[in-house]
Order: sequence, then C-alpha cells, then structure tokens
Amino acid sequence: MQLAITLLAAAFLLVPTIQSVLAGLTVNYFQGLKSGLTLQWVIEVWRLYSGSIFLSMGIALACLVVTLIIGVPAAYAMARNPGRMTRALEEFISLPLAIPGLALALALLQLYGSYKGFRLSWTFILVGHVLYTLPFMVRSVMSVLAAIDLKTLEEGAASLGAGPVRRFIDIVIPNALPGILAGALTVVTLSIGEFNLTWMLHTPYLKTLPVGLADSYASMRLEIASAYTLIFFVMIVPLLLAMQWASARAQRMTQ
Amino acid sequence: MSSRLFVALCLVPLAIFALTFLALPIVRLILSSGEGEAGWGIYLQILQTPRYLTTLVQTVLVSLAVTLVALSVSTTAGVFLTRNRFRGRAVLLSILTLPLAFPGVVVGFMIILLGGRQGLFNAILPGHVVFAYSIFGLFLGYLYFSIPRVLLTVMAAAEKIDPALEEAARTLGAPQHRVVLDVLLPALSPALIAAGAIAFATAMGAFGTAFTLATDIDVLPMVIYTEFTLSANIAMAAALSVCLGVVTWAILFVARMFSGTTVAAGG
Repeated sequence: MQLAITLLAAAFLLVPTIQSVLAGLTVNYFQGLKSGLTLQWVIEVWRLYSGSIFLSMGIALACLVVTLIIGVPAAYAMARNPGRMTRALEEFISLPLAIPGLALALALLQLYGSYKGFRLSWTFILVGHVLYTLPFMVRSVMSVLAAIDLKTLEEGAASLGAGPVRRFIDIVIPNALPGILAGALTVVTLSIGEFNLTWMLHTPYLKTLPVGLADSYASMRLEIASAYTLIFFVMIVPLLLAMQWASARAQRMTQ
Repeated sequence: MSSRLFVALCLVPLAIFALTFLALPIVRLILSSGEGEAGWGIYLQILQTPRYLTTLVQTVLVSLAVTLVALSVSTTAGVFLTRNRFRGRAVLLSILTLPLAFPGVVVGFMIILLGGRQGLFNAILPGHVVFAYSIFGLFLGYLYFSIPRVLLTVMAAAEKIDPALEEAARTLGAPQHRVVLDVLLPALSPALIAAGAIAFATAMGAFGTAFTLATDIDVLPMVIYTEFTLSANIAMAAALSVCLGVVTWAILFVARMFSGTTVAAGG
C-alpha cells in the first residue's frame, strides 16, 4: 500500500517528463514514436530561442557574482554577531521567499518602472533574481560559519598579527567554502529557472529561458515546446543534482 | 582598521541592496494600493466585490486541497522511503525530488502533457478526456510541485524518529493503524505543520503554473496579473498583492515557530 502510493506519486512526476523528452525527439507526436526520431525540433528551438538560453546563463552568472559579493561578507558579519538584530535582518532579506514573486515584481515596477534606462536593461531582471536568490546564499554560508569556532580561529590569527581583512580572506572564506559552494549552486539553479518575477520584469527583447518556455507553450506546436523543455531539463537536472550533493555535504559539516 | 569596523563594513553592500530593492519597493507597493479612487477603502472593496471574493475563496480552497493531498501522499512516501532500504530507492528518491527546480510554467506544461488536448489521458482513454485547463488541472499542477517540497521536509523529520518507539508500540500489541496514529504522526507533527504551510503558501502564490493552465480560472495571482496588465487597475493589483504577500508571509512565519527553516519558493 505504502509502496503503491510512493510508486504512483513517482509515476505522476516522471511520466510527463518522459513524455516531454519523447515529444521533443519524435517527428510527429500525434502519430507517436513510429513516425521516427529526429533532432529537427531541437535544432529549430536553438534557431528560435538560443538567445534566451544565453541570456539566462549570463544572468545566472551575474547573479552569482552579485550574491557572492553581497552575501558572503554579510553572512560573515551576521555569524559574528548572532542575536536579535541579526535574526530580524535575516527574516527581512528572506521576505522574497515568502512573498510571491508576482507581488515583488509589481513593487519593483511601481518604484523603478519609469526609469526607462534601468527598466529596459537586463540589470532590471538581474535585480529580481538577486532579490530571490540572495537569502539562499546568506543562509547557506551562515549555517556553515555558525558551526565552526570562528572566534577562536580568528583570535589565533589576530595574535599572530593578521588584520581583519587578512583574516576574512585566509580564515573565513576557506572555512566557509562548502557553504559558498552549496549557496552558489542553489543561486545558479534558481536563477535559471526563475519565472514569476522575470515574467513581469522582462521586455520583448530580453527573454530568459523560462520566459521563452512560456512563450513556446502558448504559441508553438507541442514538439517544439517539448524540445525546448528538453533543453531546459538537460541544463537544470545536473545543476540540481550538484546542488543537492553540495547542500548535503555542507549540512553534514554543520552537525 | 579595527575588527569591529570591518565587520560593520561587511554588512554595507547587503544593507544598500536590501534598502533600495526590497524595503523601498515594498513601501511603494503599499502606498500605491491606497492611491486609487477608493483610497484605502480599496481593501474593503476587495471584500465587497463578488469577483474578488470568489477568487479569494477559490484560491484558498484549491490551496487547502493541494496541501491535504500533498501531505498524505508525501508523508506516506516519505515514511516508506526512510524506513525501507531497497534497490532503486535512490532513483525513486531522485524522481520524487527533482521537480523541485522546475519553474511553475514547466509544471503547467507537464499537466498539459498529461491532460491536455494532445495529452496522455486523451490518447489512451476512450472519449474526450481533457482536464488540464480546468480547476482539477490546476490542482494537479500545484500537487506536482508540492509533493517534492513536502517530501523533503517530512523525510528530514522521519529520519530523526527512533524506530524503537514503533517497535515498542508493536510489542505492546498495537495494530498498525494505532502505531501510525499514536506514535508516528505525533512525532512528525511539527514537520507536517511546516510542510503544510510551505505547500499552502506556495500554492496561494503560484503564478507560473496558473499562467500556463488557467486561462479562464480566477485564482489570486492570475487576477492580480490581469488587473495590472489588462485593466491597468494598478491600485487594485497592488492591494491584492499586499493581501497575498501578507497572508503567505504570515503562514510561513507561524510555521517557522513550530519547526526550523521553511523555504517556499517557486511555483
């Protein structure tokens, strides 16, 4: 009974993904597999949408750089001063996880929508992605830093004459690496898949991968939509597996 | 440079970013909601306009149904996967957690592949079986992204329960359903509350899935979207967004008090 429910749930999640992979590779989905296998739809998607794929990769990398610059030092400062203020700050920057992306995007549009130079550039989408992924980076680094005896390590280095910047580079960052890695993979995975904010923030000339997907679901034949989804799976699944591995590894360190 | 100064400087980039792109936009959104013809009475207007009220009720009902079903399915599967070691377990676990990174639009497409006009059910069953664009399709879509989220939370908690407790109950002669009711579920309850809150809040705010499937179903995120883009009713879109944001945040906040971290995200 338990096994049956587990298998049923797995089938519910797996069957449509297999359908989408097959549909993206068959000549005519309506006729089924006997119409033959082909890569023509994948090539067609590449011709139509390769721009969206590169834009998504670019934004994900930029998002990673920004979350590293903002998130790692902040996580260090918050790990050094645990207390009510830090918890309130953590709660505040985590708001984008609790508030639906649509509402956040509306808020950004209301405030910055009239600054056309900003509104129409890719950095506007980047801001949305950083908002949404930053809490993951901060939390991931913080939890690793909280588990080590940062104070003793830093005091040791300080007594040997290392200044605060030197200690940050030589002690904090190497110790935080598992958390940084897990956070980085999470940021890239989530940024590539982000839709709810991006749909409101994008312009017709700046379509990310998920925006392109929505576009193809609405206006393209099923084979093209499926081939596009297949490309997305090929990008996201290895990232997700790496993210789960890195997070589990970082979590083991904190126990 | 003193150590204290350096630590303070470390917070500066975060403070600037959070102020500019989080605090100020939220304040602007709240102010915008009061700038319509109705002023702040707009919040009363939501409750008085049947269309918004029906939407609200419908969104809550679908989210509740998804939460309950996802909880029962994922708890069953989660407990089963923690208690048993067998070949293929790792594969099964991967299948059940991978959709975690699928955006809502992709989940919507998965449901179209199952229940759309060219879908699996329409192909294998006699007659015209198309459910993707109905409220049931929306329910299935929400269920699709809720199952992995609930499963992970439940499994993390189930691994910490001592199997000896269940063995003890069995030795004392308790039948299986008593063991589940009296031992397992009470031990899991904090995780179930947290997981339920995640599922509910995610379903309430899910835009991508609704966008792909629900062309003519009124759920809150879709109504906000159409108010903003089609009707250009900015104040109402802002007011509904504020309500939605407050509700989802409050639910997750309460849930966090019961158990550790909750991460909603996506949908």
